[in-house]
Amino acid sequence: MEITTFLFYLPFLLTFAVVGIYAERKIAGFIQDRMGPMDTGKFGLLQTIADVLKLLMKEDITPARADKKLFPLAPIIVFSAIVSGFAVLPLTSGWTGAGAQVGVFYLLTIITFDVVGILIAGWAANNKYALFGAERSVAQLISYEVPMGLCVLAVVCVCQTLDLQAISFQQGIFAASAGQEESYLFGIKALGIEVSQYGGFLTWNIFRAPVLIPVALIFFIASLAEANRAPFDLAEAESELIAGYNVEYSGFKFAMLMLGEYGMMLLMSILMAVLFFGSWNTPLPNIGGLPLAEWTSGEPGTLSGHLWGGFWILSKALVVIFFQMVVRWTYPRLRVDQLMIFAWKYLTPASLVLVLLSVIWRMLMI
Amino acid sequence: MIATEVSAFGEILLYIIGSVLFVLLTYFGSWLFRPHRPNEEKNTTYESGEDTVGTAWGQFNMRFYIVALLFILFEVEIIFLFPWATVFGDAQLIAETDGMWGWFAIVEMFLFIFILVLGLAYAWGKGFLNWDKPEVIPPKVDTKVPDQLYDAVNNRY
Repeated sequence: MEITTFLFYLPFLLTFAVVGIYAERKIAGFIQDRMGPMDTGKFGLLQTIADVLKLLMKEDITPARADKKLFPLAPIIVFSAIVSGFAVLPLTSGWTGAGAQVGVFYLLTIITFDVVGILIAGWAANNKYALFGAERSVAQLISYEVPMGLCVLAVVCVCQTLDLQAISFQQGIFAASAGQEESYLFGIKALGIEVSQYGGFLTWNIFRAPVLIPVALIFFIASLAEANRAPFDLAEAESELIAGYNVEYSGFKFAMLMLGEYGMMLLMSILMAVLFFGSWNTPLPNIGGLPLAEWTSGEPGTLSGHLWGGFWILSKALVVIFFQMVVRWTYPRLRVDQLMIFAWKYLTPASLVLVLLSVIWRMLMI
Repeated sequence: MIATEVSAFGEILLYIIGSVLFVLLTYFGSWLFRPHRPNEEKNTTYESGEDTVGTAWGQFNMRFYIVALLFILFEVEIIFLFPWATVFGDAQLIAETDGMWGWFAIVEMFLFIFILVLGLAYAWGKGFLNWDKPEVIPPKVDTKVPDQLYDAVNNRY
């Protein structure tokens, strides 16, 4: 019986939110040629901690005309739906989390409850901005759910399993010892070059089946929309909807909704690392007499295995998050009609075609 | 097998309970620290500083229902595709049937996806995928500055 990953992911999520908000403001400052927060602490390092303390001390206002029961319920649903998604994510080669067979399917299902929470938040506030924000947000989330589900399906077609830990094992040097099939160069068995012994980036899913590279791109775009981030942050368009569905929330209820958003970012980035970028496997391959992959990934279950695995998966996720932040401060917000057309007329047909291509690629792999 | 599945979902339950408890704990923590001085003005619904007009609980755009219907169509499709995706490329089954298993399963599922793509094409052709576009009305300003001057500035910067 291993310890639950909840004890790692919840504190990590809180730390990530504190550091991530600071990093986001500094990156925004850098991109817009200004300083970002500078006053609180050296280089503004204590800014987010001061913000959290402010939120903790802030009066919690429930509007007189809001729905008194549903209003405090919404942040609970949003936050717990997103945190529950972390349950099936593997953290290291020996620390699996919930090893459910339905793995990634459960993850897609539980994060959809986020939509219910947002709709409740918007409706319960009895505020026009909040309701419009929630409606837009729900329409956006369910629209981008379709290409995202299809992208995950493309990976499942290649890997033939829903278990995220099995998908992780396939993408590294421990494939054979975990009873997973070995990989061939670009997934084409006819070439006859077995790459599982080399490991590293050669066994990552985007190299095992290069058809997954555009899939990873679509998944990244859909994950931006799922996390309600720019350029898809219409739901909380400051200038038009005054923060959208969370306009009436204050104090720690607002903090929970905000934390949910950052949790979604983290969840999507880790999922992206697991599905496309080799999960907890090292990016360095074994080269002849230089076994870099073995040096940078300990045996599963040992302490060095845990440390290397955790290091690789989290650094991959943080790189993805860095790109999410850069995208946020680089692209302008889409219009609502562009948003829906982009999801239904471009991403959905494209990901359907990619699913079909990855099915055919799978037949090359065996 | 069944025992590991049960313990896996036990851990998922632990996540759900743990996160709900965490939110309740933070509610309690902030309740200890925060002031509570409501008044009538403070508790009104926010509407950009104006007095609130009516309630927000009214009608909303039909298009949201159509998006929801399309979503259900595709989610059901994806639900059917997931179990298929884990078996069509099973190496052992393909070896036993001399490659027939894989191609047969693929052709079957391509037909299924094709029928659903027809549904998407129908919705596309009917224009259900088009959202209301904002009508851009260029503002008319009564000014003595000729238009070319504005254009020159706009083209330059």
